[in-house]
Amino acid sequence: MNYLPNILFAIALIIGVGYFTKNVKKLIRNIKLGQDIDVSDNKSQRWKNMAMIALGQSKMVRRPIAGLLHVIVYVGFVIINIEVLEIIIDGLLGTHRVFSSIGALYGFLIGSFEILAVLVFVAVIIFWIRRNILKLKRFWKSEMTSWPKNDANYILYFEMVLMSLFLIMNATDIHFQAMNSGNIMSQYITPLFDGLSENSLHIIERTAWWIHILGILVFLNYLYFSKHLHILLAFPNTFYGSLKPKGQFDNLEAVTKEVKMMMDPNVDPFAAPAEGAVMPAKFGASDVQDLNWVQLLNAYTCTECGRCTSECPSNQTGKKLSPRKIMMDTRDRLEEVGKNLDANQGTFVEDGKQLLDNYITREELWACTSCNACVEACPVSINPLSIILDMRRYLVMEQSAAPIELNNMMTNIENNGAPWPYNQMDRLNWKNEK
Amino acid sequence: MSELLKVPTMAEFMAQGKQPEVLFWVGCAGSFDDRAKKITKAFVKLLNKAQVEFAVLGIEESCTGDPAKRAGNEFLFQMQAVTNIEVMNAYEIKKIVTACPHCFNTIKNEYPELGGNYDVMHHTEFLKSLLDDGRLTIEGGKFKGKRITFHDPCYLGRANNVYEAPRDLITKLEAELIEMKNCKKNGLCCGAGGAQMFKDAEKGDKEVNIERTEQALEIKPDIIAAGCPFCNTMMTDGIKVKEREGDVKVMDIAELIANAQDL
Repeated sequence: MNYLPNILFAIALIIGVGYFTKNVKKLIRNIKLGQDIDVSDNKSQRWKNMAMIALGQSKMVRRPIAGLLHVIVYVGFVIINIEVLEIIIDGLLGTHRVFSSIGALYGFLIGSFEILAVLVFVAVIIFWIRRNILKLKRFWKSEMTSWPKNDANYILYFEMVLMSLFLIMNATDIHFQAMNSGNIMSQYITPLFDGLSENSLHIIERTAWWIHILGILVFLNYLYFSKHLHILLAFPNTFYGSLKPKGQFDNLEAVTKEVKMMMDPNVDPFAAPAEGAVMPAKFGASDVQDLNWVQLLNAYTCTECGRCTSECPSNQTGKKLSPRKIMMDTRDRLEEVGKNLDANQGTFVEDGKQLLDNYITREELWACTSCNACVEACPVSINPLSIILDMRRYLVMEQSAAPIELNNMMTNIENNGAPWPYNQMDRLNWKNEK
Repeated sequence: MSELLKVPTMAEFMAQGKQPEVLFWVGCAGSFDDRAKKITKAFVKLLNKAQVEFAVLGIEESCTGDPAKRAGNEFLFQMQAVTNIEVMNAYEIKKIVTACPHCFNTIKNEYPELGGNYDVMHHTEFLKSLLDDGRLTIEGGKFKGKRITFHDPCYLGRANNVYEAPRDLITKLEAELIEMKNCKKNGLCCGAGGAQMFKDAEKGDKEVNIERTEQALEIKPDIIAAGCPFCNTMMTDGIKVKEREGDVKVMDIAELIANAQDL
């Protein structure tokens, strides 16, 4: 017996899964570069969110057309992958359709895979048309040029090819067609190959089978380099997403300590800091390491759908701010930092760059109205606003670099307890005004 | 209108050894902004009418720190917060009502961690509860059949999921409640949040308040109802730019109800 195909298959599988594992480790390391944040609370609500938002796609369907198409691709993707299990067993053991012995159920399963494959194919074509022919505005914003634009299309091509291969593989499988159970879609493709010899059909079937499984392995490894990681990260991301009301911004603990000390008359301001007291390196964020790890997970999870940007009032009125770009920049910078670590045996060598200014400009940060439309719009619980706020904190508290008008507003609050220059003693004057 | 407003302060309550039912947090806009002061007075008239024992902090009130926090100045925010909390805790405040969604959000969500735990209500929620308890009645009167749309303040709606109280009140006026294409969860900001109120907008091709005003005008309202003094300013400006002051009014929910009863 010839074991060469089995060995080749095993090698392909090991390389494919091995390389992916290596990159997943890198991904986890990069995410852990973020500051620690306690998200251990309310597990049951977190599981519920994951079940509803990621598994249940509850926020995807708020836009019915894109939502429905996405559900098709998502369900198709998850279910058709059951077939991959059979392919892997067949590949390793040299069997052919090892599960077919289960009888009628097998026909039912493959039949549903075939229907889903056709539906996914159609959905992906519509996605491609929306992106490239109808040119939906959110896919053509300024941050969606070159790689991000191509990346999105490559993914669509990948899916079209994988679905076609699955159907061709079934259509040219003589035994499978002869069983006449489960070939609900592929039977209509079979006539395309009429007149070919049994041997040619077999070669086509084998070729489709091999390219299909190799394609899946390549696609798996493409994930890390593309925007498509959301198919995995949507789950942890919705789990760790904020459970607080959207209007509640975190109170910086380090600031609380200082403020309490300033307000406490019994504190000696000149006392040496307590043993083991840790002062934060800086207030707010100017680079990715200053953000917390959930914010970095957010960045890797973003699939650049642009719902956030299309809902953003600043973006809608022509300002530079795009919440999607905030997430893309964060990821790009994080990747750059990760590569820096790789190149320098795990230590970061100063590269003269940072997230602020080199990626995200001040103009973008100051254009935000903190209205939470982006947070509400995200189908996978990403929070671009929290990054904007942390970067504003850096600008104001570390650099005193707020726009002049805001400095005036803050001086007013400091001096007279209102953002305008009115005296606090006049606060109740309205009572007697006509 | 001739009737004098009864606006007791916490200090006065304290002097009498009494505790009010609720503290009315007026806010900076409600205290100083000419347009917002009218909202404050309308709300006080309703409180007086319903015989609610309320008090204000008066000169002891200070900015909650919301614009400072959203601008990134966490120090200033926490200084303001801790000072306000000290004052309110000394008065043993339990319940607060405010007509400003920014004050509402900050006191409700961001003060507890700093030691300020209160039951906080937006004035539309409070008015709704007065109505439900039969302490206040609304007659449609002059707003009957008027087309009224409600502009959701971000810090009341999306930020805190309060969508129904203001709408219930509009419906009680027997007005026709109409919705803009972006409403509730998808409401479009007026452009004032995140400290934008206090600075010029960045370069773009339009002001946010104009975009929102156009959305409102699309559905031909007689009145744009607001629940936030800053939204009120932004929408009023939008209407002025569009030269529609003649036929479209921007009014706070409290003003609508007070006006309906000719208070």
